Amino acid sequence: MANIQEKISKICPSVTFEEGETLLVSVPEKDWRMLAVALKENADLNFDVLTALIGMDWKDSLGVIYYFTSTARNWEMLSVKVAVEDREKPMIHTVSDLWKVANFQEREVYDFYGIEFIGHPDMRRFFLRNDWVGYPLRKDYDANPDLNPIRMEDEENEDDSHTLVEMPDGSIKRVETKVFAPEDYVVNIGPQHPSTHGVMRFRAAIDGETVTKVDVVSGYIHRGIEKLSEGMTYPQTLHFTDRMDYMSAHMNRHCLCMCIEKALGLEVPKRAQVIRVMMDELMRISSHLLAFGCTSMDMGATTCFFYGFREREMVLDIFEKTCGARMSMNYNVIGGVIADLHPDFVKDVKALIEVMPKALKEYHKVFSGNVIAKNRMVGVGMLSKEDAINYDITGPSGRGSNWSCDTRKKHPYSAYPDVQFEEVLEEGCDSYARYMVRMREIEESVKILEQLVDNIPEGEIRAQVPKIVKLPAGRWYQQVEASRGAFGVYIESTGEKTPYRLHFQSPCFNLVGVMDLTCRGNMIADLIVIGAALDFVIPDIDR
Amino acid sequence: MFDFSVVTTWINNLLIGCMPGWAAVLVECIIIALCVLGAYTVLALFYILYERKLCAWFQCRLGPMRVGYWGLLQVFADMFKILIKELIPLKGTDKFLFKLAPYVIITSSVTMLACLPWGRGMQIINYNIGIFFILAVSSVGILGILLAGWASNNKYTLIGAMRSGAQMVSYELSLGLAIITMVVFAGTMNIEEIVWAQDGGWFIFTGHIPAIIACIIYVIAATAETNRGPFDLPEAEHELTAGYHTEYSGIHFGFFYLAEYLNLFIVSGIASLMFLGGWMPFHVNGWDGFNAVMDYIPGIVWFVAKAFFFSFVIIWFKWTFPRVRIDQMLALEWKYLMPLALANLVLMAVCTTLGWHF
Amino acid sequence: MAVKSPAIRSMKHEDFKDNAYIDSLVEELNATGANVVVGKLDQLINWGRANSLWPLCFGTSCCAIEFMCLGAARYDMARYGAEVARNSPRQADYIMVQGTIVHRMAPVLRRLYEQLAEPRYVIACGGCAVSGGPFKNSYCVLPGVDKILPVDVYIPGCPPRPEAMFYGLMQLQRKIKVQKFFGGANRKEKIDEFFAKHSSEVGKY
Repeated sequence: MANIQEKISKICPSVTFEEGETLLVSVPEKDWRMLAVALKENADLNFDVLTALIGMDWKDSLGVIYYFTSTARNWEMLSVKVAVEDREKPMIHTVSDLWKVANFQEREVYDFYGIEFIGHPDMRRFFLRNDWVGYPLRKDYDANPDLNPIRMEDEENEDDSHTLVEMPDGSIKRVETKVFAPEDYVVNIGPQHPSTHGVMRFRAAIDGETVTKVDVVSGYIHRGIEKLSEGMTYPQTLHFTDRMDYMSAHMNRHCLCMCIEKALGLEVPKRAQVIRVMMDELMRISSHLLAFGCTSMDMGATTCFFYGFREREMVLDIFEKTCGARMSMNYNVIGGVIADLHPDFVKDVKALIEVMPKALKEYHKVFSGNVIAKNRMVGVGMLSKEDAINYDITGPSGRGSNWSCDTRKKHPYSAYPDVQFEEVLEEGCDSYARYMVRMREIEESVKILEQLVDNIPEGEIRAQVPKIVKLPAGRWYQQVEASRGAFGVYIESTGEKTPYRLHFQSPCFNLVGVMDLTCRGNMIADLIVIGAALDFVIPDIDR
Repeated sequence: MFDFSVVTTWINNLLIGCMPGWAAVLVECIIIALCVLGAYTVLALFYILYERKLCAWFQCRLGPMRVGYWGLLQVFADMFKILIKELIPLKGTDKFLFKLAPYVIITSSVTMLACLPWGRGMQIINYNIGIFFILAVSSVGILGILLAGWASNNKYTLIGAMRSGAQMVSYELSLGLAIITMVVFAGTMNIEEIVWAQDGGWFIFTGHIPAIIACIIYVIAATAETNRGPFDLPEAEHELTAGYHTEYSGIHFGFFYLAEYLNLFIVSGIASLMFLGGWMPFHVNGWDGFNAVMDYIPGIVWFVAKAFFFSFVIIWFKWTFPRVRIDQMLALEWKYLMPLALANLVLMAVCTTLGWHF
Repeated sequence: MAVKSPAIRSMKHEDFKDNAYIDSLVEELNATGANVVVGKLDQLINWGRANSLWPLCFGTSCCAIEFMCLGAARYDMARYGAEVARNSPRQADYIMVQGTIVHRMAPVLRRLYEQLAEPRYVIACGGCAVSGGPFKNSYCVLPGVDKILPVDVYIPGCPPRPEAMFYGLMQLQRKIKVQKFFGGANRKEKIDEFFAKHSSEVGKY
């Protein structure tokens, strides 16, 4: 760490450092762009992944916290803080040309905090209507419903965007732009469309059947979870995680619990850790089965969907017996889990372990090996390893591009260091590779379950947690491997009962970011396949 | 084998006996029209249930169960509902073409149904170019789809219509070539004569290799012609919501829905006619006793059963295969199926002239 | 001819929870009276409508996954003849609103409802659609779809179990069975009333 401090202060002497969970570098806005270029391109620093980009309102200033990861140096993390005092027209230089993943993230920050990014090509709101008044995550946001009533008319001027250009003399010029050219034939897909897996909306410019540009319009299920969390105590915030990526409910909640436990310095009992890991893996199986079903259904092979769901019901039964619900289980709590395992748990899991390999064989026979399915997926939606890293595409989609990015291996947590499993990688970089990674990950999850099912340690299921959970002042970032990639939770606390800022860094958010890149040049039917193989969950994107 | 023409002649004589000639023809036309429409409705409803039940069984489900015994009345409930559902008039559409399109489709499929031979003597018109007529009428259906897609003034329907235009025009070729192959073998285009030519054995057995190839080509092309999976691109649900009929509601949509299922029966019927002998029972040369027993089963049962068999295969395709992409589909037709069908035609011509068949 | 209390196959009348509401509907219809022929026709039409409920594929979040389970092999919505999920609102009979409706989605949902062909029904499925659920206090969440649509059946739960969804579906069937197509209480007028009332209120939430 000290080494990095030295290097950074050599490049940019105006920075200050703050020790914490990760090293925090505070940099004045005027030097930020220079430091960002150095972080990306300097061979000694080489932070090639922008893990999280979090907008902040510190009342006296607005700003952004960046979390960087260096894949070359053992996934070391670094955080950077950039703050601006101006609340009327806050502006920060963009990094969206260095780390492409920042493109949508900066639009999100603009939407929530009104911070405009100089040089960002497309400064539109991301989640809220373009006629929304105010920036909801600012601490001084006026929540008066008269300002933002439910508008029943459609949004106007959807094509209007603008960008801020820095002139050679240092002045900033606003340039109006259009998303689509007038001659583009734009097909609107969504928000109510069978294959967007929810309420995503794509606007695709097509030439014949070939897609020339995809514009992602999000926010049709934006519920303002981050703002809501700021008004709730820590145990109350937990239930939101189950309702973001409902297919990774256990993992998301696991992540938030771990982040709070880390801040409290709580030690989770071994039994709870093992239970959590088993639940995570069951969830992963259920999620990948759903992904299998949806992928096949989107391609018209409806029957496979039913086969996938047949086995998924087994997993849901296990959840229901122990957690009391089929979905939105609300099982993890701060310090452990809420209830002990159902007596049938071991038996049911063993039955599942028995069934899954046979079921997988059947799926491969019916669908994966089918010549039409292969033709539809192989070579469709190419995403190179470099792009995957630059767009921070983690999870099965990233591993389908042969990028080893499994958080369970890179930042082992909970009981994962104790189990043997293989990180599934495919070299295809296409939709088929992503699909196959999912199918093979089911096998790995079964392997993990096999190792744990007979070795669940006895003991407490929950650590002693104070009645009122108050986190010390500070900031924490915790990642887990959710079904669709690295899910991150950022908590900034001022020592109150409620979080000052709670940010969820969702993997699906990054996945939609590559839709434009992967769909260009493919056909409109491929757009559906690419979307299905990336397998994003919309409420996770919109939060 | 019971000859149905006995009945028709008797009715004809009866009518001529009690009214002038023109009136008798008029009455006969009305009776036949009612029979065709009745058969159309019954068959379409049956097919909807047939597919729903079959797909349910493929998918480890039960399918409709609660309306009537084993869901037998389900389709009637659907029919009552769809008959009285609102027809939504749309702004910005070409109103005349928009309303015309479902009728064009339903007319073409009713006309095709009317040409099928149901049994011995149970045929409405016996053209000398019957099979050619069916092919010609089937092309009119494409017009309906194109009209529907164009008149709806919606981008999805337009893409659906363009896809179906490209698809149907292409696959019409292989379909036609497969049928011509069998026409070469039969030596006639008259439907009744084609059936009689299979008295000694169905074409698929007597025509051996070229007939089997033609049968396979025909089934693939017919699947594409009826817009069914894996070639259901014009109404690809997951891409184009409902394809060319996205904007249709009520009974107009019902017409598309019925025509889709009936076209399935019609192509299966033609397949049974060309390859499995239509209403001709299963005969084995020399086994007179067996043949006599087979003859006791009415021709209509044979015909319908064979058609159901082909429909079963096509439904099986739909619930097994993923959908192909438009370029892959066209490549399949122009690069593989059509050259194969042409080569097969030559092979069949050689076999027929040299007498290399049973 | 008097309208009878609706019967649902394999579930007894007294096993349903809100019979008072259905009974009041029956009384309302019987108050006006109708002749036998029309009454029989009404029964036939209602039988058709109640047994052929084609849903519009409309899910925004978790409830949509449970809805998929509803269609899958274990629960098999097809038994009710409701598996023909249409993707085009023109051909669907009812919207089952599954999930939170936020400000940006509200006009889309209203438009989808308007695109449905009459007779059309709305089921609010899950806590979010019923009342806004856990997100009720958010700055951009609609506190229940009944603020913008006339809802026929509410299914609570987060998400509701498939069994609960079936219960809701059967309640809708019961409700349809106590309608009159010819004369009597006209459902469409009630919907128009709803919109007239809400068009002035709608900006408030």
